[in-house]
Amino acid sequence: MTRTSAPVDAPGADVWEGLVTTALLGTDRRTPPGTAPGPDAPAALLDAAAVETVRRRAGRRPARAAEPLQPAPEDPRPALPPAAARRLAMLLADRPGPSGGGRRGAAPDLTELLPQWLALANARGFAPPPQVLPALLDAARGRTDLRPAALEFAGPRALWLARLNPDWRFALRATPGGGAAPPQPQDDESVQQLWQEGLFAERVALLSALRSREPAAARDLLATTWATERAEDRLMFLDSLRAGLSPDDEPFLEQALADRSRNVRATAAELLSALPGSALAARMAVRAGACVAIDHTRTAQPGGNGVENGEPAGTTTNAPTIAVEAPHECDPGMERDGVVAKAPAGRGERSWWLGQLVEAAPLATWPRRLGGRTPQEIVALPVADDWQGELHAAWCRAAVRQRDAEWSRALLGEPSAADAGGPGAVSLAERAKLLGTLDAAERAEWVAGFIAAHGLSEAFQLLGVCAVPWAAPLGRAVVDALNIARDAGSYPWSFSGVMGLAERCLDPSEASRLDALLAVPDEPEDASPGAGGYWAEAFQRLVTTLRLRAAMTEELEGA
Amino acid sequence: MTQQGVRWTADQVLALAPDAASRKAGSKLGAAGPWSEAGSSDEGTVWGLCKGSGSKPYQTVVDIADAAGPAYKCSCPSRKFPCKHALGLLLLWAADVAAVPRAQAPEWAGEWAAGRRRRAEKKAGDVSGAPSGSADPEAARRRAERRAERVTSGAVELEQRLADLLRGGLATAEQSGYGLWEETAARMVDAQAQGLAGRVRELGAIPSTGPGWPVRLLEECALLHLLGRGWLRRERLPDGLAATVRSRMGLPASADGPPLRDRWLVLAQYDTTDPRLTTRRIWLHGAGSHRTVLLLSYGAAGRAPELALPVGLALEAEVSAYPGDGQQRVALGEQFAPPAPAAIRPPGMTTSQAAARYGDALRDDPWLESVPVTLNRVVPAPDGDSWQLADADGDAALPLTPATRSRPGLWRLVALSGGAPVRVFGEYGHQGFTPLTAWPEGTGDAVALC
Repeated sequence: MTRTSAPVDAPGADVWEGLVTTALLGTDRRTPPGTAPGPDAPAALLDAAAVETVRRRAGRRPARAAEPLQPAPEDPRPALPPAAARRLAMLLADRPGPSGGGRRGAAPDLTELLPQWLALANARGFAPPPQVLPALLDAARGRTDLRPAALEFAGPRALWLARLNPDWRFALRATPGGGAAPPQPQDDESVQQLWQEGLFAERVALLSALRSREPAAARDLLATTWATERAEDRLMFLDSLRAGLSPDDEPFLEQALADRSRNVRATAAELLSALPGSALAARMAVRAGACVAIDHTRTAQPGGNGVENGEPAGTTTNAPTIAVEAPHECDPGMERDGVVAKAPAGRGERSWWLGQLVEAAPLATWPRRLGGRTPQEIVALPVADDWQGELHAAWCRAAVRQRDAEWSRALLGEPSAADAGGPGAVSLAERAKLLGTLDAAERAEWVAGFIAAHGLSEAFQLLGVCAVPWAAPLGRAVVDALNIARDAGSYPWSFSGVMGLAERCLDPSEASRLDALLAVPDEPEDASPGAGGYWAEAFQRLVTTLRLRAAMTEELEGA
Repeated sequence: MTQQGVRWTADQVLALAPDAASRKAGSKLGAAGPWSEAGSSDEGTVWGLCKGSGSKPYQTVVDIADAAGPAYKCSCPSRKFPCKHALGLLLLWAADVAAVPRAQAPEWAGEWAAGRRRRAEKKAGDVSGAPSGSADPEAARRRAERRAERVTSGAVELEQRLADLLRGGLATAEQSGYGLWEETAARMVDAQAQGLAGRVRELGAIPSTGPGWPVRLLEECALLHLLGRGWLRRERLPDGLAATVRSRMGLPASADGPPLRDRWLVLAQYDTTDPRLTTRRIWLHGAGSHRTVLLLSYGAAGRAPELALPVGLALEAEVSAYPGDGQQRVALGEQFAPPAPAAIRPPGMTTSQAAARYGDALRDDPWLESVPVTLNRVVPAPDGDSWQLADADGDAALPLTPATRSRPGLWRLVALSGGAPVRVFGEYGHQGFTPLTAWPEGTGDAVALC
C-alpha cells in the first residue's frame, strides 16, 4: 500500500497481516488464528477478513498533505467574454479526424479557424478560462504551426501547468521565459554570462531578443566573441543581424567579408548588398554597370523579344536597346564581395557571374546608368542577344532583397498581361516575392487583376502573400472566378486549395454576396455529373465559415 | 415556464451528444449558416430548418421543456439520437439569441411538441390512477420465490468455491488466472445473481493489478463471502440491511420511497461502458434538502442512455429512493419545471469529514465503494507519482484514485486551481477520491471533470 493510504491501528494491522498470510498459504497449510482446523476454517477466515476489511475501510483517515504547489502566477489580462469562451471550447473540441479523404461536405472546418481565433484573442489581449488550458496545450502539442499563438494566449498559467506534465514540456522550450527567463538587456553581467556560458539555442535566443530591442548592443555583444566562434555558429549569429539591418552594421559586415568560411562570407555579402548605401553595394554597382549599357547603334527587332507593352518598337530603326557584356572572369575582388565563382551544373559561368553582380547592385544605379529612364521604362527596353531573362531575373532578386516597391511594380507589369505577369517575372514564386514588397492594398489589387484575367488555376501562391482578411476587390475577384469555374462545369475540388483559403481569408462581410450561389443550379448538358450540387455544398461551407468567423469576431469584441 | 431568459451553455448542449463524432458534427452545425426559419417558443420548443446536401432542408425540432431531458425530432435519416442537427440547433439556440428568436412555432414543430405533451400528461394520469403491480399477484409471488431459490443455490455454490480457494491458498489464484473466475461468474449469471456475477468477474482481474494484489483479493473475497452469507440469512437481518443485500445481489426492486420534492442541481453525469451495456450515473444535489442522490440510466451497447442532464442545470422535481439502508439511488418522479441553468453550489466539507462520511456509510452498506462528497477549499497537489486534494486550511489530504491520474479531468482540475483552493464534488471511498466537478473560489460556473 502506498503511504497515502490511511493509517490503521497497529493491533488491527497485525490481525490483518495474519489473515493475509493465512489466505495466501491456504487454510490446509495454516490455521487462521482463533479458529480450529477443519472444514470450517476457510469460512472462519473469510468471516474474520470481512470484519477486518470493513473495519479498515471505515477507519481510513486522510493522509498528510504533501508539499503544496507554488501557486500559478497571476494573469493580469481580462477574462474572455462568455460567448467567446464557449466558442473556444467548441473550436478546441473539434480535432481533425483520422479519416482524411472524402468530400468535405457543407460544414466548416473548425480546426482551420483556431489560428484565426487565437490571433484575434491575442490582438485583444484576453486571458483564457483556466480549465481550457489542458486542451489548448494539447492542441499546441499536436500542431507546431499553432504553437506561438496558442502559447501566447495560454499565458503564464499554462507554463506553470506545463512544468507538472511531461506531455507539455515543449511549452517550456518554445516560450522564452519558460525555462530560465532571458536576462534583461540592461543587466549587463547576466547577459555576458549567458552569452559566455549558455547553450547554443539560448545564445541565439538572447542575441535575437537583444537585436530586436537594441540592434547595436546585439552587434557589439557578437563582436566580443566573434573570432572564437565555430564557423556554423558564426553563420547563425550573423543571420540574426538580418533583423533591424542598418548602415551601422556595415563595418562589422565588411570585416566578415574576409571570414574563413565561405558561407559566412556569402551571408555577409548578401546583407551588405541589401544596404544600398554600403561600400560593397557601390563596388557591385560599378561592376554591374560595366556589364549593362544602352546601345543606340542596334536595331530593335519589332516585337522580337516578346516585349509587348514597351516602347513602340519597330517603328523606328534605331530604338534604344540594352546591350549586355557579361564578365569574362571572376576576379578575387568579386569573390571577396561574395560572388560565387563556380557555376552550378548546366549554367554558363559568365551569365552566373552577371546574375550575381546585378542582384547585388543597388537598383538606384540603373536609372542613372541607363539614360535617366524610370524602372518601368528600363524594364520595357528590349535586351540584345537573349540576355533579357537573365537580366530581369537578377533585377527581380534585387527588388526583393532591397524591398524596392517601384522596381517590383515595374517587374510585375500589368496583372492582365497575356504572359501572366509582365516581362520580367519569371515564375509564380518570384512574382509572389515581388508582391511582398508592395503595400497590402496594392498587392490585393494586383492579385485581383491577375485573377480576373487568368482565373484561379495559378493564383494560389499569389493569394498566399495577400493580407487577411482579403481586401474587397480581391475577395470579389476570387468569388467571381469561382462562379465562372462553376459555370464552366468543372468540379469544386479542382479548386479546393483556393476554396480553403477563401474560407479563412475572405472578409466575413462578403458572406451575403454569396447567397445567390447557394442554390443547386440546373445542370447544363455538358457539365460534369452532379457538379452543381457539389458546388452548392462548397459555397454553403464557405458561407457558413464566413458567418462563423463573423460571429467569432463579434464575440471577442464582447458584443 | 418561459425558456427565453435561460439558455443553456454549449457544454451543456454537447453533454447530450451520444458520442464524440456527434459532438463534432453538431458543433459544426452550431452556426447560423445552414439554418433558416429557426425559432423558439415560450413553451420550450426550439425548431429550425437545416440545409443538408439534398434539396429539401431537414426539419429539426427539440422540446426542452421535458424535465427528463430534451426530446428530439428530425427529418434526417440519422439513427443517432439526438442527431447532429438537433445538437447544432441547440448550440445555435444556446449561443445566438438573434439566430433563434422567440416566435410562434410553425405547424410542423408545434404539432409534434403539443402531441408529446398531451401523451405525457395522459401517461402521468394513467400511472397515478391505475393500481400498481401486475395483474396476478399470486403468480408474481411464485416467480419471485423461484428466482430466490436459484439465487440461493448460486450463493451456496459460490461459498463452496470461495472455501476451496482459501483452503488451497490465494497464491494459486495467480496461476489459475481469469478462466476460473469467468466460469464462476457464468454460473452466477445462470443463477440470476447478477450482483454476485459482477463482483466475481472483477476478482479475476485483481491478480494482475500489481503489488498488493493478495490484500485486494482477500478483501474482495471476504466482502463477497459477506454478501453471500447475508443473502442466505436475509430473514434474520433488519429490513433495511436485507433490502441492501437484495439490491447488492442484483435483484430487481422498485423505487418506493416517499417522494421528495426539491430543486435538484445536476452535479455530475458520466458513463461507464462494458460490451453489453452503457451505464449513466447522474448525481443530483437538492438545494433545499441538501440530499445528494443518484440517478441511473442504461443504454444498450454503443447507444447513449436516454436520460441526459448536463452539469450546471437544475430541475424542480420529485424523486423517490430505492429500498435499502444507505441507498443513494433514486428514481425521477414528477417534474415541475424543465432543467435550466442555476448558480447553486453544494456546500462543502473538509477531507476529514469526507473520510468520516465514508466510514459512517459503510455501517449501512459494507459493500459501498464510495460516497458522494463535496470538498470545500481543497488544493490539488502532486504526491510522488500520484495526486491528492489537500485542505487549504489544514494539513490533511485525500489521495486521488489511481484511475484519475490518467484522465484529462485531472488536468482541468489542476488548471482551474492553479495552486489555489477550489470546491470539488466527487466520489470518495477506499480507493481514494475521484473528482467529478469543480468550482473556482468566488464566482464561476461549474467545470465538469468527467
